Amino acid sequence: MTAPASTVPGQDAGSAIPAARFDWRPLALVPALMLAAAPLVGSAPTWVTLTVAGLAMGMMVFMMASGLTLVFGLMDVLNFAHGVFISLGAYAAASVLLTLKPAMAAKSVATNLSAMLPAVAAAIALACALGWFFERVIIRPVYRDHLRQILVTMGGLIVFEQLIHVVWGPDIIPLPRPQAIAGSFIVGEAAIERYRVLAVVVGLAVFAFLWMVLNRTRLGLLIRAGVENPEMVESLGYRIRRLFIAVFVAGSGLAGLGGAMWAMYQESVNAQMGMQMIVVIFIVVIIGGLGSVGGAFLGAMLVGLLANYTGYLAPKLALGSNILLMVLVLLWRPQGLYAISKS
Amino acid sequence: MWRRERRMAEAMLRLDGVHTHIGQYHILQGVDFEVPRGGLTMLLGRNGAGKTTCLRTIMGLWRASKGNVRLEGHDVTRRPTPELARGGVAYVPENMGIFAGLTVRENMLLAARAGAPDARRLAWIFGLFPALEKFWNGLAGNLSGGQKQMLAIARAIVEPRKLLLIDEPTKGLAPAIIGAMIEAFRELKSTDTTLLVVEQNFHFATSLGDSVAVMDSGRIVHTGTMAALAADAALQQRLLGLSLDAHQ
Repeated sequence: MTAPASTVPGQDAGSAIPAARFDWRPLALVPALMLAAAPLVGSAPTWVTLTVAGLAMGMMVFMMASGLTLVFGLMDVLNFAHGVFISLGAYAAASVLLTLKPAMAAKSVATNLSAMLPAVAAAIALACALGWFFERVIIRPVYRDHLRQILVTMGGLIVFEQLIHVVWGPDIIPLPRPQAIAGSFIVGEAAIERYRVLAVVVGLAVFAFLWMVLNRTRLGLLIRAGVENPEMVESLGYRIRRLFIAVFVAGSGLAGLGGAMWAMYQESVNAQMGMQMIVVIFIVVIIGGLGSVGGAFLGAMLVGLLANYTGYLAPKLALGSNILLMVLVLLWRPQGLYAISKS
Repeated sequence: MWRRERRMAEAMLRLDGVHTHIGQYHILQGVDFEVPRGGLTMLLGRNGAGKTTCLRTIMGLWRASKGNVRLEGHDVTRRPTPELARGGVAYVPENMGIFAGLTVRENMLLAARAGAPDARRLAWIFGLFPALEKFWNGLAGNLSGGQKQMLAIARAIVEPRKLLLIDEPTKGLAPAIIGAMIEAFRELKSTDTTLLVVEQNFHFATSLGDSVAVMDSGRIVHTGTMAALAADAALQQRLLGLSLDAHQ
């Protein structure tokens, strides 16, 4: 080594080449969709209510989809059993909330939280534990084999749904919302459900946390690199398998959180809710670009908003609207809104 | 003193009867050769001879179905890739393996497992590859082919390594960039690092190689000094199917 000591170059050193330039065009789709819906809906209060409902739904779908997109991008695993983590999170939360019913009925936010926080913690913990079991027992033998992945994860989804029936029974379990977040705010003439505002806040917090981890930590750097080229990450001395397990477990936990939030939103739980959500979640993951958390966030917002607008404007089209959205996005960007380059 | 001499005499890397199967294909069919400690060994051969498979087998990315790979006398045949990397072996694949969605800085940060890259070493690397300093905060995916290759090599040497495995460093590069690469490799040779380089560019190989191994159909068919091969046009023709003039 001949060169003298010098400092690491600063932020200005790379000015000759375009630094990571943010592609804002996909992001503009959300306000564009909101603006396009406004004249069609007609009434401003109704539009505000639908928009908040759409954003809240989008946030909850994002929580469920964020783990799946990382698992898909990093491990190239098509995990249809992701829906089980959602259902299990919902049931775990419901069990805790129903046990702590008096705390739920209180009008104090603090007392409500004393029931909700353990419920959410139980949902995350149980989903993480099941995720760990799934990775070790069901997913590990079928890495790099998409056909077998689909078969065994669909099988796992069905088996665990039946196990939920065995433990909690086959009936739908009604789940009252905590008293402090039941009901609506009235803003002008628009009614905005308190729970939807909470869902938006929690969703934004989850997104901010994931963004920080992925962009501001070494673990995040490894995950982003692993999504692009896992073999090279191994060649640099990192055990990608451990990273896989960590991401899979964390992704399962997020699905559990999403399931718990969704259960309180729907005010009921049933074993099929994971299966019902899995199609929407895959649409979000595909729209966003496989492995892209930012893309999944944007995709979830679009799906949530479109589902609510079409549900109001043309209820018969509501079911197909997400498929139509996916088709249009893929025609524009075949790799998704924020595609991750793979080598 | 005796122990040090024995260590120096011991090959850095030794392959004994290594076979590798990829699916139903039998690619390496009993590869035997040594990479002496220090200096640069060229692994040459026609397309499809098994050179890339050989490097990937050494790195543990493909498993040898038979035979042994020894690093400094220790059997590493079944050792996982991350363990080999942490033991001081770095690999630059043919496609360079850079992370296009990460910046140059982030690529280097990942390769420096101890934390932030050592400032002195980084300054030395910037001396070898000035473009990397210039584009430090730019996306690696926006670099030119030559700059990507520089980043791939810089990433491999961001920490001191025992052995560098580099697959076709000049592939697709302009002659001016190849000239810069030759200079960078000369500088690398002056360090303690042992290099095993797969190369198709015979001029590059003769400019830098100390020893050479030539592969054909999954076997080593010649080993010796690079100078001897460079001086023997008939041998080149027989082993590589080329004339030296055509590649200078």
